[in-house]
Amino acid sequence: MSSGFHIVVCGSLVPDPLQTLEPIQGPQGPALKNEAMLPVILDPWAGHALYEAAHLAKNNSGSKVWLVSLGPKAKLQQLMMTIAQKAPFELVVLDGPASGFVDAFEVAQALASAIEKIPGLDKTKLLLFGGCASASRDAGVTVQMVGERLGISNQFLAVDKLEVQGDGSLKILERIEGGQYQISRCAGAPAVFAWATGNLPEPPNNPQVGMMNMRTIMPALQKAQPVQISTNDISFSNVEVPKQLRKTRVVKDVPVDQIAREIVEWIKG
Amino acid sequence: METVLYLAHVQHDGTLPRVALETLTAAGEISKNLSTSFVIGLVGGDLKKAEAQVRGSGASKMFGVQGEEFSHSRYSSDILAVEALVRKANATVILVPATSRFARVLPGAAVRLNGRIDTHVSGIKVTGGKLEIQRWYYRQRLVSTFSRAVRPWFLLVDSGIFPTWEGKGASIPMEILKVDLSDSANKTEVLGFESPSSSTQTIRPDAKLLFVAGAGWTKKQGDGKTHPKEAEAIILGFLSKTQASLGSSKSLVDQSSEGEPVLGFMSHLNQVGQTGSTPRHPKGLSTCCHGEEPHVVGWRFINERRAVNLDPNCGWAQGKTDVLYVADAFQVMTKVNELLNS
Repeated sequence: MSSGFHIVVCGSLVPDPLQTLEPIQGPQGPALKNEAMLPVILDPWAGHALYEAAHLAKNNSGSKVWLVSLGPKAKLQQLMMTIAQKAPFELVVLDGPASGFVDAFEVAQALASAIEKIPGLDKTKLLLFGGCASASRDAGVTVQMVGERLGISNQFLAVDKLEVQGDGSLKILERIEGGQYQISRCAGAPAVFAWATGNLPEPPNNPQVGMMNMRTIMPALQKAQPVQISTNDISFSNVEVPKQLRKTRVVKDVPVDQIAREIVEWIKG
Repeated sequence: METVLYLAHVQHDGTLPRVALETLTAAGEISKNLSTSFVIGLVGGDLKKAEAQVRGSGASKMFGVQGEEFSHSRYSSDILAVEALVRKANATVILVPATSRFARVLPGAAVRLNGRIDTHVSGIKVTGGKLEIQRWYYRQRLVSTFSRAVRPWFLLVDSGIFPTWEGKGASIPMEILKVDLSDSANKTEVLGFESPSSSTQTIRPDAKLLFVAGAGWTKKQGDGKTHPKEAEAIILGFLSKTQASLGSSKSLVDQSSEGEPVLGFMSHLNQVGQTGSTPRHPKGLSTCCHGEEPHVVGWRFINERRAVNLDPNCGWAQGKTDVLYVADAFQVMTKVNELLNS
């Protein structure tokens, strides 16, 4: 049975992981030095969520995917140049900070409010997707908070697999401790899925998908509403780059036997 | 004055996980430093064994939510249990072990109770009567210390921060709270558990050693050929003998989707780094890794680190590992296995 899902993916940008990050004190609290200039990528786990959403929508007729992003509008526009070619979706933009230091509580509030306002969204068909954590705040709480605000009490964290069963129910594999999966069955939508890596590779760029997406992406960026996110509740004492430079002993031109003996002694020690 | 609630759930065998006993130690220390007492809240199918484990912890009261419907890790029932316990304790600070079960449900509970939540807490201290926590941002690249004004404040405490509580002393009576589930709470059913698709259990959170395998294991070796089967045998042999936990760089686990030779037992669950885990182990041995991910992010919480690498100038190993062995990992690990056998 294919019911058709309304899949809303929450995901935004993060600094490219290869960039060196340096904290500074900004007017709104901690920030990154040259934050506006840093190259950005779609948050990796949100990316997995988006690709899984597109795959699910493709295999369930009548489904539709929205990507709800909170971030600086100009940076989101840059990001969309690459993401738009990956999967079909309709963009909903909230023009605000994408910093890791903003509070997840307020971010969730803004995202839930934006989702509530999506025209034509049927909440009885809603599957809320997102990453199980971000590469910025790395809290792993935002998607659950958005789900709770939307009144959804079937939630799954660190999902690697979601299968629609013949009766319309959903079978879910969630990562738990010790490299195990918990297998659950959910009667159906609405439900929340905070994705781990999933099972799909990053889709290749498809210019046709990109052109189709751009028809809605540019208007969405133009009419993006500014969102105020504060960190007033939080008093940061300090934010710093950890100074943990180790004095590395380089062992070279030494016989393999000797290295192996040293490693074994160290392991047993 | 703060009211501290220590919140934990039992495992399927009825005992508390190690991280819960570590968090119990934290609850005792923090309460003492805040000059207040703390309350215990437990959730699970049967709480008898857990009651014994928390003996003598110094808690003033203990509440529990128990029953078959609370034996499984499920958002819809767990949130009702958590809500009932926090309300009953009138808690302002809730210390929670960072388990997958609570990581799923606590954010929603914070919203429901109009509180705030911080996860991956790696340090807690009381300064001038004010509670401050330490946590990392940008995947272990920046570390921050801060406090919050809003209450209730949920803190998910990572493993390996506090010593494990060893129950001794007198027990206190537990008051069981009645929590009713609506039909909608049963919309999700836990069916069971499954190991990942890999053939061997290689993730051992309690292991003393983390073995990190990089993409070099599947690259062409000196003879111009790849040797994935040999690599599998060496790595699995080492893991079997040492009971080490296996971590991997992203590039290695990604290879299966790129049609390159792969190690059959490796899955995304093994991945450490930016889009993987940052495990805590006393020791770590990295082999054939050449990137930032395993050495900086994936190794952040590894105490003693050694690496086997063919590049003496590897910028990511230099300054991040204690010892860098410049050698062929195939040869070194084969010899290590021989020595471990003898």
